[in-house]
Amino acid sequence: MTQPRTLYDKLWDSHAVHQDDDGATLIYIDLHLTHEVTTPQAYEGLRMSNRRMHRTDKTIAVPDHNVPSTPDRLEKIDDPESRLQLETLKQNSKDFGVEYIPMDDIRQGIVHIIGPEQGLTQPGKTIVCGDSHTATHGAFGALAFGIGTSDVEHTLATQTLSMQKSKNMLVRVDGKLPLGTTSKDLILAIIGRIGTAGGTGHVIEYQGEAFTDLSMEGRMTVCNMTIEGGARAGLVAPDEKTFEYLKGKPRSPKSTAWEAAVEFWKTLKTDDGAKFDKEVIINADEIIPHVTWGTSPEDVLPITGVVPNPDNFDDPNKKASISRSLEYMGLEADTALDGISVDKVFIGSCTNGRIEDLRAAAAVVEGRKVADTVQMLVVPGSGLVKHQAEEEGLNEIFLAAGADWREPSCSMCLGMNPDILQPGERCASTSNRNFEGRQGRGGRTHLLSPEMAAAAAVTGHLTDVRKVVSP
Amino acid sequence: MEKFSVLTGVTAPMPMVNVDTDMIMPKQFLKTIKRTGLGISVFYDMRYDETEAERPEFILNQDAYRNSKILIAGRNFGCGSSREHAPWGLLDFGFRCMIAPSFADIFYNNCFKNGILCITLSEEQVEALTAQADGSDFTVDLEKMEITAPDGSVTPFDLDPTRRHNMLNGLDDIALTLERLDKIKAFEAKQQAEQPWLYT
Repeated sequence: MTQPRTLYDKLWDSHAVHQDDDGATLIYIDLHLTHEVTTPQAYEGLRMSNRRMHRTDKTIAVPDHNVPSTPDRLEKIDDPESRLQLETLKQNSKDFGVEYIPMDDIRQGIVHIIGPEQGLTQPGKTIVCGDSHTATHGAFGALAFGIGTSDVEHTLATQTLSMQKSKNMLVRVDGKLPLGTTSKDLILAIIGRIGTAGGTGHVIEYQGEAFTDLSMEGRMTVCNMTIEGGARAGLVAPDEKTFEYLKGKPRSPKSTAWEAAVEFWKTLKTDDGAKFDKEVIINADEIIPHVTWGTSPEDVLPITGVVPNPDNFDDPNKKASISRSLEYMGLEADTALDGISVDKVFIGSCTNGRIEDLRAAAAVVEGRKVADTVQMLVVPGSGLVKHQAEEEGLNEIFLAAGADWREPSCSMCLGMNPDILQPGERCASTSNRNFEGRQGRGGRTHLLSPEMAAAAAVTGHLTDVRKVVSP
Repeated sequence: MEKFSVLTGVTAPMPMVNVDTDMIMPKQFLKTIKRTGLGISVFYDMRYDETEAERPEFILNQDAYRNSKILIAGRNFGCGSSREHAPWGLLDFGFRCMIAPSFADIFYNNCFKNGILCITLSEEQVEALTAQADGSDFTVDLEKMEITAPDGSVTPFDLDPTRRHNMLNGLDDIALTLERLDKIKAFEAKQQAEQPWLYT
């Protein structure tokens, strides 16, 4: 009788090509997603050492980080460095024979949106990308994690990575989320609980009704931000919702292969009695809408809370980091979060740029106006998301409210394209990081759900969405 | 990759927690298609003001620390993005060694790929070493796995054997893996037989 194994154990074991005595293991990679920012030096490395790709059929390329979100983006990329980086991806993909989705293709979008959308993301796969939000794909029960450029090069050359196994961590959320609480609130609350290093050295498996109740899109939001809790990968075991989502997607298995795949995918779950090295158990009914107040994703509180006061903390490190955050954020201790005015609202990113996110934000905005003091940017995560939203008339709702309706891009999540905050500007953002300078030097980011961001847009300040629309 | 055996040099203290890779290398420097030349941009927002003038209070702008080779930092150093531009910048500045109570996983791995040794010590050990980082030389010996502080005190450290071996010998990971190409091909043949939908 074999030992009971976790889902992570199973994914690891089934991809181990070779293991050294000290545990260093060569892991086979089933899907390699590439974009323009973290690949140029990897291809340069291959060229310098006269190496070829081991194979090209498990890699796909799409431009996203530098792509402007404005309608003239195809003709006009002002920044020469951005343009060169985008051209370099196109050229390298061509030279090495990698499938490339161009900017004018309806399938173009943020790399973590298009993997699932195309059916490339599947349960049981190992998936890597030179981007830490690769964790997103764990929502399908795939082992998916971000890598640096040296490992991008290693994957291109060998279709494997040399790794040490991580530990197993369980985050179980029992019960049902209250009405008005979203997947974003759920993951923010988890990060608030475990801290940004809580998952370091671990792969997190999310279990419990709160996760199984979520749609695939909601699970992607949760897994996406796993890295903000320090873990490289997050997992949700695949179930009927997963199979339903993937059925008929362009790159999903077809006909008899589909039946065989689903049969295999059903085995991808943690065995009864499997051991986790670390367990965190939370009750879903305690979680209400959340928002960040500081410069780390762990600086997060329920919207009913107040900005922390450094005087209330004993740990000198914590005291210093709160003081530094408050100074950067331009906030006074003990201020109520509900009521802090914002200048910009950003809806989009690999965390919340999918169709359900846009529907949720539109439902709050519908029949209302964006406050005069606020600019609201709505940026679909892919061309297909944009198309679907327009079919449903969501663009009309946003435009009627006075919001900007943009083209697919990473946009204001990280300011590598023209969408950036000016120094001192405050933004309610559905993205994933509130680090200093992340959205533009001196920019102040508050992370929240699409519903909460929309509520901030129409009221002009951070507020509890449940006061704007009844859940 | 350059070999690493014994490193002697100035240690810069940066006792902040959760220093993220956006702080180490802000997004505007990620547009390069080269690995080199990023040293001048490392810690950009902390290092320079809005007019691009040096902020004199920042540690690496002080004469005693301009040639630092070792950085001693707070916990969860390097959290956030996977950008290898962060270690490239640190290396280009002249750093070959990071010491902290903990590192973020992706950053930690990226450092070793570039010949930067990351050493994890307890909070107390880091605090004691930080107190001695006054611009005097520290010595980090990877053979013996110990750090010698300016006062002569010795702090031992641990490192997994594969990383240590590869650092000491300056080995190229890809060349090592390609020695196992037969195993990779055998894996592919077996996987294709069992899960043919992965090979369409």
